[in-house]
Amino acid sequence: MKNDSNRRSSTGPLSRRQFLKGLGTSAVASAAVGAESLAAELQTINEEKVSGPGPQPVTLEINGKTTSLNVEPRVTLLDALRYHAGITGPKEVCDRATCGACTVLLDGDPVYSCMMLAVDAQGREITTVEGLARNGQLTKVQEAFLECDAMMCGFCTPGFVLGVTALLEKNPHPTEQEVRQACSGNICRCGTQPHIVHAAMKASGVETPAPAEVIKWSDENLA
Amino acid sequence: MKTWPDKPTYLGKFHTRVDGAAKVTGAAKYPSDMQPPGWLYGMIYRSPWPAAQIDAINIEEARRTPGIKAVVLSGDLPRKVRYYGEELAAVAGTSKQACLDALRAIRVEAVPLPHVVKETEAVHPASTRVFPDYPNLSEPSVREEGDVDAAFAKADVTVEGYYTTQVQLHHSLETHGNTVDAQGDEITVWASTQGVFSVRDGLADSLNIPQNKIRVLSEYMGGGFGSKFGAGIECLLAARLSQAAGAPVRLLLTRYDEALAAGNRPSSFQKVKLAATRDGKLVAYEMESFGTAGFAAGGATGGGAGRAKFPSPYIYKVPNTRVKQAGVATNAGAGRAFRAPGNPPASFGMESILDELAVKLGMDPVEIRIKNDTSEIRRKEYRIGAERFGWKQKYHPPGSSADIVKVGVGCAGATWGGGGRNSQAEAQINPDGAVEVRCGTQDLGTGTRTVIAMVAAEAFGLPPEQITVRIADTRFPPSGSSGGSRTVSSVAPAVYDACTNAVAELKSISGMDNVTGDNWNTACRKLGMNPHVASGRWQEGLSSRGIGGVQFAEVAVDTETGFVKVQKILCVQDCGLIVNYLTATSQVNGGIIQGIGYALYEDRVMDAQSGLVLNPNFETYKLPGMLDIPQIEVILLDMPHRGVIGIGEPVHIPTAAAVANAVANALGVRIDSLPITPDKVLAALGKVPGRPERIASAELKKAFDHFNRMPVVAADEIDKFALGAPV
Repeated sequence: MKNDSNRRSSTGPLSRRQFLKGLGTSAVASAAVGAESLAAELQTINEEKVSGPGPQPVTLEINGKTTSLNVEPRVTLLDALRYHAGITGPKEVCDRATCGACTVLLDGDPVYSCMMLAVDAQGREITTVEGLARNGQLTKVQEAFLECDAMMCGFCTPGFVLGVTALLEKNPHPTEQEVRQACSGNICRCGTQPHIVHAAMKASGVETPAPAEVIKWSDENLA
Repeated sequence: MKTWPDKPTYLGKFHTRVDGAAKVTGAAKYPSDMQPPGWLYGMIYRSPWPAAQIDAINIEEARRTPGIKAVVLSGDLPRKVRYYGEELAAVAGTSKQACLDALRAIRVEAVPLPHVVKETEAVHPASTRVFPDYPNLSEPSVREEGDVDAAFAKADVTVEGYYTTQVQLHHSLETHGNTVDAQGDEITVWASTQGVFSVRDGLADSLNIPQNKIRVLSEYMGGGFGSKFGAGIECLLAARLSQAAGAPVRLLLTRYDEALAAGNRPSSFQKVKLAATRDGKLVAYEMESFGTAGFAAGGATGGGAGRAKFPSPYIYKVPNTRVKQAGVATNAGAGRAFRAPGNPPASFGMESILDELAVKLGMDPVEIRIKNDTSEIRRKEYRIGAERFGWKQKYHPPGSSADIVKVGVGCAGATWGGGGRNSQAEAQINPDGAVEVRCGTQDLGTGTRTVIAMVAAEAFGLPPEQITVRIADTRFPPSGSSGGSRTVSSVAPAVYDACTNAVAELKSISGMDNVTGDNWNTACRKLGMNPHVASGRWQEGLSSRGIGGVQFAEVAVDTETGFVKVQKILCVQDCGLIVNYLTATSQVNGGIIQGIGYALYEDRVMDAQSGLVLNPNFETYKLPGMLDIPQIEVILLDMPHRGVIGIGEPVHIPTAAAVANAVANALGVRIDSLPITPDKVLAALGKVPGRPERIASAELKKAFDHFNRMPVVAADEIDKFALGAPV
């Protein structure tokens, strides 16, 4: 809530930082895993200047361009891209890390942009689906999606295209099972998955089977 | 009468989508992506009670929340709410965060009321009522043919069982919603919809403004599956917010909202009895069923929207048949049309008991279907499918696999209408030779835009890439909503008519007999300054209706974990004239995969105590994922002589039944309840202490006792057969 620190909701979402601040140092120190790093993080937080709740300048590197935004610290990278930078390729579908439609590449790795705050994405190289094609020239992956009809309504497509792009960067010759594994964090409701696997294989240089067998039919076939 | 060309150049090909590049680059803008200057974010405040009397809603603090520009109430007060998630108010502000703050600032004075969300409780005469003046259970409608009791009495073999299906959620990836810009007395709506005209007319009616003052666009939309017809309440709220704020409002439901209030496939509880002669000829059938479409079912609505009835005994003709069906109201979101409404539950019940009968008779499941199916095409499809699938080698008597992971096979058939109806289109030839085709239809991802380009290409003799297709705008010639698998069969004839008219008119204007090839540009230049526009409309002869299709499934069931993996689905689908083999195949894959979700994973779970949906997101409501997709083999029967017919729905219908039959074949015991989850598999195997092996529990028997005490009415025409028609 802008300009009114007293009106904080008791049930509102809690950030990791708020959570850590709410704990005593001893509670953090007694946590079993990563206790030392947590304690160190807590110390850093306490030393830092508190940011928010109001909007603050945030600088993001999006598709090779430096973009300056003014957003509240609680704004996710997805919301910052879509609603503040007007980049709508990343889709909002679940807003809770279950569907992959908001996937972007962060320094080349696919991440759910709904699960990251915009302020934390500063200094990282962000690539959205809009940043793949250069001068109207589709990438090999985009071309393969088009040729294999690896899309229907298209709402999940940006996430899958980026996921497959990242996979082929790391593993240029995946097996079908590796493609499925790599894409298992993305959901498609129209049922384009078989064609997405074809597209990924095609982009990696493997010829894919015909999508369907078509039998020309006339009533004589019934005889 | 116009006919399709005998030897088409562009129709009947594997053609990539004309809008594919826009979709893979992020250039495609969906209604949820629209950001007109000054746009505001909108959100809905929903009832936190499954049933309550709402006395007052205080929105003053919400109004004062920084960034908030408008707050409106939904409906007059006092009022009753009948499900958790019913719309109470809506807010619009400069950011999502401002809206979230404002929603938290809304205060409601309400008296919570008792609720009921479980169907088997709601049918009880003493149950809490969703509508106080009406029983939850509607009067069961009865249809009877022949002498059912006598036929059962003298039948050689009889089987009976209970079969249940769950409430399934549509969960299109783009949620329901709109970006609405109300300026003066004109309103522009970017709607995620299956019918732009249905949104326009619904909104005009709700706001009491003329239809010609509203423009609705839906150039791209992120899936509907039957749930996106008309101007939903979210559209009306967005329009009122836009009017109140004097700015455009983008209001899309959250995923959570989507699970509560944006439609669902009603459940079904079926009690089925089937009898046959010793050689497998069906002689008698009896079915009683009830199911819930939430508050929109039951006595108050007489079945109402999204009724829970379905065609039965589905694709089979049984001479002595008695069917008794009713809907039951519960405190839950209303059902809506969902891909082949009524058909998947009908298919599951009928195809399951037919396999039980085959087992009892010692007959092969394919044989018993060929023996009883009256569709010649579908009988042929069973033969083709069985051969390609290797049915004879793969089929073994139920439960004969001795391994821990047991393999089984099953099959099922389906039917649908898919016929065309009134649609208009226009084709504009420009003096430079460029062509634009306009039609007020919409592309749900089914490939409508590409099909229009291919049809126009055929008529003009130009490559599809040279045609610009403009759709999903109420300023274009009207076309119906995209439902009932009727889009392509409505639109393709209208576009073909418009384009062939355009060619004929160009010939006459240019005075040239041949306007194709090199002559095209010369002829077009003769138009002078003005483009030429020709109209066309849907007409008989270019489309037809009534198709079938069969599917075969192979599954592996782990008897220690109860986990079912579908290994293969083979589909033999008859079609009319297939315009685009590629997008048709995508639709078949999509139908099958949604069918696998229905068979194994998807189930809206409600908590009887609190009345809440317990799984309103994707980590708890499981959709089929990449690793769940089997090998899918698609065989399309291309029947150009029939004209164009839609196939989006029939390909979804038989999957769940085929998978369920394959599971029963693997295990030797049947899971008679969808979805077939590991706990049900383990219970069926007697591995869950205290759990009955089958669903025919005392609770269900009691529910049918109540059901059978209700007075009945005769079935009307709609009850006799839903949207599909037998082949």
